[in-house]
Amino acid sequence: MKRLAALTVAAVMAAAPAMAELVFPSLSYRTGPYAANGIPFADGYADYFTLVNERDGGIGGIKTRIVECETGYNTEKGVECYESTKGEGALIYQPLSTGITYQLIPKVTADGIPLHSMGYGRTSASNGKVFKWVFNYPTNYWNGASIMIKYILGQEGGDIKGKKIALVYHNSAYGKEPIRTLQELSKKHGFELSLLPVDHPGQEQKSQWLQIRREKPDYVLMWGWGVMNQVAIQEAANIRFPMDKFIGIWWSGSENDVLPVGAKADGYKALNMNLPGSDFPIYADLKKYVFDKGMAAGAGDQAGTVLYNRGLYAAMLAVEAAKKAQEIHGVAQITPAMMRDGMEALDITAAKMDALGVPNFGPEFSVSCADHGGGGQAVVQQWDAKAGKWNVISDFITPDKSVIDPLIEEDSMAYAKENNIQLRCN
Amino acid sequence: MFYREAGDFNTSYKQDNQTFPIKFDRWRYYAVLAVAFGVVPFFINDYWANAVFVPFLIYTIAAIGLNILTGYCGQLSLGTGGFMAVGAYAVYKLMTAFPDVSIVIHVILAGGITAAVGVLFGLPSLRIKGFYLAVATLAAQFFLVWLFNRVPWFYNYSASGQISAPERTVVGVAVTGANTEAWAKYMISLVFVVACAWLARNLTRGTIGRKWMAIRDMDIAAEIIGVNPLTAKLSAFAVSSFFVGISGALFFSVYLGAVEVGEAFGIQKSFLVLFMIIIGGLGSIFGSFAGAAFLVLLPVLLKNTLVGGFGWATDLAAHFELVIVGGLIISFLIMEPHGLAQLWRVAKEKLRLWPFPH
Amino acid sequence: MPDQLLYAMEVTLNGLMAGVLYALVALGFVLIFKASGIFNYAQGVMALFAALTLVGIMEGQVPFANLINAIFGTEIHTFGWQVPAVLAIVLTLLVMILLAWCVQKFVMRHLVNQEPIILFMATIGLAYFLEGLGDLMWGSDIKKLDVGLPQGLNATIDDLTYGWFGYGFFIDNLDIIATVVAAVLVIGLTVFSQYSKQGRALRAVADDHQAALSVGISLNYIWVLVWSIAGFVALVAGIMWGTKSGVQFSLSLIALKALPVLMLGGFTSIPGAIVGGLIIGVGEKLFEFLIGPMVGGATENWFAYVLALLFLVFRPQGLFGEKIIERV
Repeated sequence: MKRLAALTVAAVMAAAPAMAELVFPSLSYRTGPYAANGIPFADGYADYFTLVNERDGGIGGIKTRIVECETGYNTEKGVECYESTKGEGALIYQPLSTGITYQLIPKVTADGIPLHSMGYGRTSASNGKVFKWVFNYPTNYWNGASIMIKYILGQEGGDIKGKKIALVYHNSAYGKEPIRTLQELSKKHGFELSLLPVDHPGQEQKSQWLQIRREKPDYVLMWGWGVMNQVAIQEAANIRFPMDKFIGIWWSGSENDVLPVGAKADGYKALNMNLPGSDFPIYADLKKYVFDKGMAAGAGDQAGTVLYNRGLYAAMLAVEAAKKAQEIHGVAQITPAMMRDGMEALDITAAKMDALGVPNFGPEFSVSCADHGGGGQAVVQQWDAKAGKWNVISDFITPDKSVIDPLIEEDSMAYAKENNIQLRCN
Repeated sequence: MFYREAGDFNTSYKQDNQTFPIKFDRWRYYAVLAVAFGVVPFFINDYWANAVFVPFLIYTIAAIGLNILTGYCGQLSLGTGGFMAVGAYAVYKLMTAFPDVSIVIHVILAGGITAAVGVLFGLPSLRIKGFYLAVATLAAQFFLVWLFNRVPWFYNYSASGQISAPERTVVGVAVTGANTEAWAKYMISLVFVVACAWLARNLTRGTIGRKWMAIRDMDIAAEIIGVNPLTAKLSAFAVSSFFVGISGALFFSVYLGAVEVGEAFGIQKSFLVLFMIIIGGLGSIFGSFAGAAFLVLLPVLLKNTLVGGFGWATDLAAHFELVIVGGLIISFLIMEPHGLAQLWRVAKEKLRLWPFPH
Repeated sequence: MPDQLLYAMEVTLNGLMAGVLYALVALGFVLIFKASGIFNYAQGVMALFAALTLVGIMEGQVPFANLINAIFGTEIHTFGWQVPAVLAIVLTLLVMILLAWCVQKFVMRHLVNQEPIILFMATIGLAYFLEGLGDLMWGSDIKKLDVGLPQGLNATIDDLTYGWFGYGFFIDNLDIIATVVAAVLVIGLTVFSQYSKQGRALRAVADDHQAALSVGISLNYIWVLVWSIAGFVALVAGIMWGTKSGVQFSLSLIALKALPVLMLGGFTSIPGAIVGGLIIGVGEKLFEFLIGPMVGGATENWFAYVLALLFLVFRPQGLFGEKIIERV
C-alpha cells in the first residue's frame, strides 16, 4: 500500500506543470461538520480568481491558479494540504480554521510564505513587529467583542452601567477569545458579564438557555460555530428572548445559521466584515465572465450569501496585495516574499473599492509594518426572515483600540519571548 | 520457494523462542529496519514526513498502546484521545518548565504521567466488563478534554488556550518547533516506534503478556489458575497508557507543534485508534502497524488519486473517499474478519507451501 | 417557594425531556443489540441519513445531483415538486427498509457467527459508507426540516405554573411531542415483541441464534426486520433532532449522547433505554445547574459518563441489563 501511495504521489508531483502563473492555494472544507459554511466561502474565493483570469487575463498579465485542497476543518488534513501545496509556489495561505492557523504560524514563518487569517486565528498576530509573515486584517475577535459593546452602548444611549450581558460561547480556544476583552470592557463600562460555555458540538443547550431565561440578561452575545449556532438561535426563539438583543460574531451570522430556524429567527443580529447581498457592480462582471460561462465553482448556488461574499472579499484582498507587490518590485511573477511586501503595503480606500465594483463592501483600512491587523472595523447586520436576507443596520464601527492594543501587545510579546523573536519595524 | 523453514535448525531454546523464528523473516525484518534507518531519511521531504511517515509512526505507537489494553488484555477502551492529551500536556508542561532537560526524557516522563492517569481510570475495570467498561474510559476522555480546556495552568495561561511546542534539540539537531528538518522529525518518531514496538513485543510474549491474555480469554478462569486480575488489568492499563502517552507527546511536539485539546484529542481520535487496531488485528504488534497504515495512508492515497490523478472536485473526492474507506473496511472484514494481521499470517502460511501446496 | 427550588424543578423537568430525546437515539442501539448482539456504531449516521432523505424527498431534490452534474455537466438540482410530510415519511421509511435489506444482504449475512467486536467494526465501515453516501446523495448544506411539529415555549404550562408558583416554567413543545412519540414507540415496540409472531421470533433469535434457526425461524428475515425497525427509530430521532438544529452532519454526533444512556440502562432493555435516558438527562442538567457555575460550566458531556459509571460500579450489567452469568 505504501509503495502504491509513493508511486501515485510521485506521479502527481511530476505532472504539475511549471509555467508562469500565480498560485493561490485554497484550503477549503466542503465536507465534514462545518461543510455548510466552508462551501460558500470556497466558491466565492474560487470565483473571484476565475473572474480575474477571465476579465483581466490574470494579475499583471499572469494567470492565477487556484489549488484547492480539502481540509474537512481537520488540523491534520490541513497540515497535509499545506505540505502538498507549498511546493507549487503558493503565494498566500488562508487556512480558514483557527486550529490550522496556529499550526501554520511557525511553519510559514520558517518557510517564508505569508499567512492571512481574516477574522479568525491568532488575534495578537496583528502585531507585525512580532509576526512578520502573519496578517489578520481587516479585523479580529477582540475587535469584534469591542464592536459589539460599542454597538450596545449606542443602543442604550451611551450608558450600560449595571446592565447584564451574557456571552454564549463554543467551549474551545475560538470561543474563549473574546472573554479577556469583554472582562476589560466590563471594568471600563461597568456592565455585568456572565459566561455560558457550550461544549462541542452544541446540540443540547437547554441548560444554558434556561439560565438565560432565569437571569434575563439585557443582551446575549454569541461566539458559536457549526450546529451550535442554529441550536442557540432556535433556543433563544424558544425562550422568547428578544432577537434584536442577541448578537453573534461574524462566524455566527450567515444564512446557514438562521434559515433552519425559520421565521422565529427574525431580528437576530450579527457582526460582519463584508456586506452581504449581490447588489454590487461586481456581480454583473461575475455573471458575464464566470456564471454565464458555466465556470462557477461548486454548485454555483451560493452567490450573494454572507460567506460567499466573504470568500470574494478574501480573494479580492489577496489579489490587491499581489498587485501591490508587482508594483513595488516591478516584476509580474512575484514570489511569496514579494507577496508579503505587497500585503504589508496594502491600502484599501473607498475609491479603490469603487473601482473594483464593490463600493463600501468592507472597511477602509491600511496595513503597515507594525500593524498587520488593519483598522478592525465591522458592521452590524440584522436578519429579515420574511425577505430572507441580511440587512446592514450600522456603519462600520471602530473598536475601542485603547483597550485592545495593550492586550495585543501583551500577548504578542509573550509569544516573542517564548520563541526568541527579534522585534521588527524599529 | 524462498520462504520456508527447511534448513533452519534451532539448537537452543533461545533460538526457538525468538520473535522471527524463520530466517527469511528475520532478514526481511533487518532489511526493513535498514531501509527505514539508512535509506528513507536521505530521501524524505517535508510532504512525506508531515503527511505520511510521521503521522503513521505516531499513530502506530498509539495503536500499539491500545492493542496491549484491548487486543492483549481484552479491556475495551475509548479513552485513547484523552490519554494522548495527557501525554501532550505533560510534555508541554515539562518542556516549558525544564527547558534544559532533553526532550527525549520529557517524552518518556510524559508517558509515565499518562500511565499513572491510565491506572486511575482503569480501576473500574475490576468491576465492569465488556462494552460497559467503555463508559469508564469515555468518562476519562470527556473529563480530561474538559479539564485541559478549563484549567489555564495546563496551557500556561496563554490567551489563546492553545499549546505550542518551543524548539528543542536532540544531540544538537532540532526535533520540535518550526525549523525541524523533515528527516529529524522522521528519525525521532522512528526511534520511538522501534523502541516501543520492541518493548511491546517482548512484554507481550513474557509472563506479563501471558497474564494479560489469560485475563482476556476468560478472567474468572485466569483468576482460578493464579493470575491476579488487579495487577494484570492495572498493569495493562499502565503499559498501554504509557505508550499512548508517548504517542500523544510526540503527536503534539513533533508532528503538529501546536494543538488545541478539543480538536486534536477529541472522541473521534479515540475511535480512530480503536478502528486501527480492529482493522489491523487485535492482539498483534504487526496489526498495529498495518491498521495505522490503512487509516493514515489510505485517505492520503485516495485523495491524491482522485483529486490529483483524476482531477475530481475536492468535495466529491472527499465524499467518495468515505464511501471507499467504508466499503473497503466491510469487504476486508468479510474476507478476513481477524484483521490485516491475520491476512498477513494466512499469506505467510500459503507462501511456506508455495509452489508445491500438496 | 424559594426561587432556587423553583429553578431546580424547572431544570429537572427539562432534564427529563432531554432524557427522552437521548433515549430515542438509544432505542435504535438497543433494538439491534438485543436481536443480534451488534453494537451498531452506524446508528447516529443512520439518523442523519434518514433525516437527509426525508428532507430531500420533501423538497423534491434530485439524489446525487452534484455527482450527475459533475459527470454530465448538467445543471439539475430539484424535480420541482414538494412532497407532503406524511408521504415523505412513508417514502423515507421505504428507503430505510431498502437500506436494512442491503445491510443484511451485503454485510451481515457474510459475518454470521463472528465475534461482537468484528460485527462492531463492520458497522463502523457502514458508518463511513453512509456518511459519504448521504453527502453524495443530498449535498452537505444545512437543511431546514419542517414536518409541522410545533416548537418553542408551551404557553399553557407557562401560565399554569405562573399561577401556582409565581414563576412560569419553560417546557419546549417539541420536547412534549418527543415524549409522547417515545412513549408510543416504547409501548408499540413492547407490544410488538411480546404479542406478535414476528416479535416472538425476534426474541427467540436474541436468545439463541442456532436454536432459533433449528425451529425454523429465518435469521435473514428477522435481521432485515430488526434493521428496518432500527431505521424507523433512527428516522424518528432524526426528525426530532433535525427539527431542533436543522439537518446537517452534526446530527450523526447525537450517538454520543446515547452512549451513556445505553450503558446506564443496559444494552438489552427497551425500558432501560428510557429510564437510563431520564436519569442521564436529569442528572447532567441538575449537575450543570448546581455545580456547573462553580467549576466553569460545560460539564454535561463528561458528567453523563461519570454518572453512568457510578451506577455501573454498583450494577455492572446496567440497570436493566440481563445478569451476567460467568462460568468457567
